[in-house]
Amino acid sequence: MLADKDRIFTNLYGQGDWRLEGARKRGAWSGTKEFVEQGRDWITNEVKASGLRGRGGAGFPTALKWTFMPKQSDGRPHYLLVNADESEPGTCKDREIMRHDPHHLVEGCLLAARAMDAHLAFIYVRGEFIRERQHLEHAVQEAYDAKLIGKDNIHGWDLDIIVHHGAGAYICGEETALMESLEGKKGQPRLKPPFPAGMGVYGNPTTVNNVESIAVVPEILRRSGAWFASIGRQNNTGTKLFCVSGHVNQPATFEEAMGVTFGEIIDKHCGGVRGGWDNLLAVIPGGSSVPCVPGEKMRDAVMDFDGLREVGSSLGTAAVIVMDKSTDIIKAIWRLSAFYKHESCGQCTPCREGTGWMMRVMERMVEGRAQKREIDMLFEVTKQVEGHTICALGDAAAWPIQGLIRNFRPTIEARIDAYTYNSTSEGAVPSVAAE
Amino acid sequence: MVARRLADESVQPTDFAFNNDNSAWAEKRIGLYPPGRQQSAVIPLLMRAQEQEGWISRSAIETIAEMLDMPYIRVLEVATFYTQFQLQPVGTNAHIQVCGTTPCMLRGAEDIRAVCQKKIHPDPHHTNAAGTLSWEEVECMGACVNAPMIAIGQDTYEDLTPERMEEIIDAFAEGRGDSIPPGTQIDRVFAAPVEGRTTLLEEPTAERQKFVPPEPEGEEQAPPAEPQKPAAKTEPKKDEVKPAKEQEPTTAARPHDVTAESAPAVKGPSAEAKVSEAEAEEEREEADDEAGADGTTSETMREGAHGSEEPGGKADTGRAVGKPTHGEPAEGGSSAGVGSSVPSQAPVEGTPEVDPVAEEGGNRQLFTPPQGPADDLKLINGIGPAIETKLNETGITRFSQIAALSDDDVGTLNKALSVQGRIERDNWIEQAKVLESGGAEEHRRVFGKDTKS
Repeated sequence: MLADKDRIFTNLYGQGDWRLEGARKRGAWSGTKEFVEQGRDWITNEVKASGLRGRGGAGFPTALKWTFMPKQSDGRPHYLLVNADESEPGTCKDREIMRHDPHHLVEGCLLAARAMDAHLAFIYVRGEFIRERQHLEHAVQEAYDAKLIGKDNIHGWDLDIIVHHGAGAYICGEETALMESLEGKKGQPRLKPPFPAGMGVYGNPTTVNNVESIAVVPEILRRSGAWFASIGRQNNTGTKLFCVSGHVNQPATFEEAMGVTFGEIIDKHCGGVRGGWDNLLAVIPGGSSVPCVPGEKMRDAVMDFDGLREVGSSLGTAAVIVMDKSTDIIKAIWRLSAFYKHESCGQCTPCREGTGWMMRVMERMVEGRAQKREIDMLFEVTKQVEGHTICALGDAAAWPIQGLIRNFRPTIEARIDAYTYNSTSEGAVPSVAAE
Repeated sequence: MVARRLADESVQPTDFAFNNDNSAWAEKRIGLYPPGRQQSAVIPLLMRAQEQEGWISRSAIETIAEMLDMPYIRVLEVATFYTQFQLQPVGTNAHIQVCGTTPCMLRGAEDIRAVCQKKIHPDPHHTNAAGTLSWEEVECMGACVNAPMIAIGQDTYEDLTPERMEEIIDAFAEGRGDSIPPGTQIDRVFAAPVEGRTTLLEEPTAERQKFVPPEPEGEEQAPPAEPQKPAAKTEPKKDEVKPAKEQEPTTAARPHDVTAESAPAVKGPSAEAKVSEAEAEEEREEADDEAGADGTTSETMREGAHGSEEPGGKADTGRAVGKPTHGEPAEGGSSAGVGSSVPSQAPVEGTPEVDPVAEEGGNRQLFTPPQGPADDLKLINGIGPAIETKLNETGITRFSQIAALSDDDVGTLNKALSVQGRIERDNWIEQAKVLESGGAEEHRRVFGKDTKS
């Protein structure tokens, strides 16, 4: 369990002033000049020593990603692109950073930009976060006014920040779709290579980082990479914002050390599972794209990248969706299928057609109006979609269904049996689906 | 994907113009982006037009296209792609967006939607009789810990109950939406637990204590210091990090390595993890598939997961790290344990010949390398530079060694080099005997063709 003094986001619940003055009282913008003066390699090395892995889902080491940027500019400008298009169902951590601790992000942009020789940073906020964007824009303006960023600022590294926004497309959270969208086009992912570090926004070297990854950087530099690395387990270091939603007594967003078990965080911060631990059915531990885990495996699961891999899932964005035994799990996963069908960008056929097909079959499974062999067929089709698309949306649509079939096949079969059992000479009469 | 069209001609206004404030704002906005990149401003401009008019009309699209020097079709493309843009008139007082995705659904979003259906219109995107309200179901709006929630205009209304939803609808219908405070509708502070914070109970300070890696007996904090001299921070700490990690109390959870329990492909089904033999078999197959897929699918294109940050560069590193985190972890873990050099064959227990293959990267020495200079093994048809290197790693450097291979040795080598019987097919032993006795000349005479060198 993390002590308060080790927390990075100290205004997570908006209990203090989120503006510059308040942020300074909590330690923001102190020592920044020294860090900038230490230069590119020092910042990168310190972040490397911290073991920070990207907080947006894939968990790629942040410092390593920065090193992919060209060492010497070939005349093209370098860009930092902050991915604040937080749309993964279950995830609402960046929202709290932007509306209550925006200066962490602004200061992080300056330091990260220094580490990749960038003089322009974009922050792409999802379209629905309007109040959050207003806070962020205000914070950026304050930083300009106080000469913390901008041309000839007091830190000696010129940086402009543009707060951009989207308009309700989940796919724009994919980094290349994000760049397309920023350029004023439809958000359809690009083929890689070329990779963003070679050719990104406007054809210039770009690094895309999640809000949380950038916002923790100033604090890592202030307290040293070793401090961050001392929290959590090896390869899974640091603190993390968790957002727990669904059937817990008190859903909440909070900052906790990595490597704490699921049982501990639920009991400590969320008041336990609704109806007690025996009432836990399943958990989606990392945002909608990761497979669900049956409740009995989950209580002792360690909430970090490796710990959740061991139970057949993934940390993703650390957005925990808890489902108790009142949940119709088939329906819950069907709703995710509907989500992916809605959000498919339509560029690759397996995803464009597959997401709709999977949703329609899932719809019948919810009622039980299906054949048992169709369960295998559905599984097979998810395998056909997975891995055959440009971006990972196809995979993300396939995994929840695979997780469902792998862990809850008896439930699906029982639903089909019940439907068949209730059939009459006039046809089948659904028994369960009449909700 | 959803098919979205512009509204019927009968409701399209004849013209559109930004009002004065918005025109000035738009000009400034366009100026933000690098020269020649004004197209980037298309989403912000469309959004501002929607805020002004309530929805996006064809004339708004045309006006914005002209402002940004873009073809009409490109702006139409954007307006129809992004679902936040309303393409038909919405309620004049409020357009209610109900989040319906799983986290909200679990907390009762269907009841909230039912209220909208009852009080506004049974179908989404239709206004009520007075034309003041309309509603739609949208996908996750990122306020999941405050579910269920709706958004109206710029604000969100969270932690709803059906009763509260009725009150909100009534208020907006009567034009007094201002009387409803945005945000959570219950006694709660933003995203904190409803009964009060469990963290951040201490007053935050600007002081930063210098981090001292904990000694074995416990944590000691040095007195507060100014932002430390960075130079002093780097070198000594790195060495001290490791003991710190081992001592750290919160890490005392589980071994980090892939264990037999977590790797079904290595160990086979374990009682509590597997429901049946058949399922275990299935997982094993998947593990193999995934391992095999590593080399065949174009991973490089797909490293990026959604909302994710993912490798911006090297494909290999991206695969190594990106895959397991978003992949199917059980299988991913096991295939990683097998090692990427032999993706399609899992090591079989009790066959020592295979084990060397699983060694990281190269092959363990199976033979004693002879003294003296190495022969050019590439003279043998079927051996290229890669296989030659592998052979050298196993200790084979000379023709005489190949000529003397026993049948058992051939079997071992076939596995160690992953050449699947090529030794016999290409008849390495005969070739080696000939090369040993008469060199390349003799080889050509006997086998009738040039060696490849």
